[in-house]
Amino acid sequence: MLISNIEVIPNMRVVRHLGLVQGSTVRAKHAGKDIMAGFKNIFGGELGAYTELLQESRDEAVARMSEQARAIGANAVINVRFSTSAIAAGASEILAYGTAVEVAETGR
Amino acid sequence: MEALLQLAIFFTLLALGYLFGRRAESKHYKSIREREEQLRYLVVLNQRFPPPDMLSHRTDMVTGNVVISVDYFKTVVAGLRNLVGGNLNSYESLLDRARREAILRMQEQAALRGAEAVINLKFETSRIAGNSAKGIGSVEVLAYGTALTHPDK
Repeated sequence: MLISNIEVIPNMRVVRHLGLVQGSTVRAKHAGKDIMAGFKNIFGGELGAYTELLQESRDEAVARMSEQARAIGANAVINVRFSTSAIAAGASEILAYGTAVEVAETGR
Repeated sequence: MEALLQLAIFFTLLALGYLFGRRAESKHYKSIREREEQLRYLVVLNQRFPPPDMLSHRTDMVTGNVVISVDYFKTVVAGLRNLVGGNLNSYESLLDRARREAILRMQEQAALRGAEAVINLKFETSRIAGNSAKGIGSVEVLAYGTALTHPDK
């Protein structure tokens, strides 16, 4: 599965458009990590645990999106965008969406 | 007596935030500048189409994200600033650091693939509430784009 955030992929031609696909996930960190983050709010610096958490959830969202794309017979998702929103304290929703397409090599 | 104790706690937190926060910031800026210098060769563009001489390159999506927390001193300074309005310098440097760090991580990922350029860079910024209801607890910045790699690599 080819995932890209540009519309025109070099050497590839879009054969068929299959519409919008999306994947989302909502995650929270356990309370211990939240307390650690509270301390970090005093000292400043990077919150490694959250960085990791968000990276994992983003991968999950992309995986769900490509799963959806595969189910409708696409072999690529182009023009992928990410969106993040905090829905409750300590939990955030991550959404990945893009256009599912079928691409073929142009053979140049 | 109780008020005095609270005042003491407040000033201790302020001092801790100031000391550690400043040290963390200057260390971070130093590392950002060093790595930016190293990765200067990897061009990052925000245009949507590949440059003409890279039309047959391989494409991969690359991402880089970072969560940076404010320190107590910054929160207090920003709170005071809110009264009079104007630039919130303490938050500006925070977001600047986060954004540059996110780009760097994205570039590092692209460099691992042997890419020559990253196009269509997009930013995504979100606030992480955490458990601090007041002010911005911490910010997350995500940078993502498409890495162009030479087909022979």
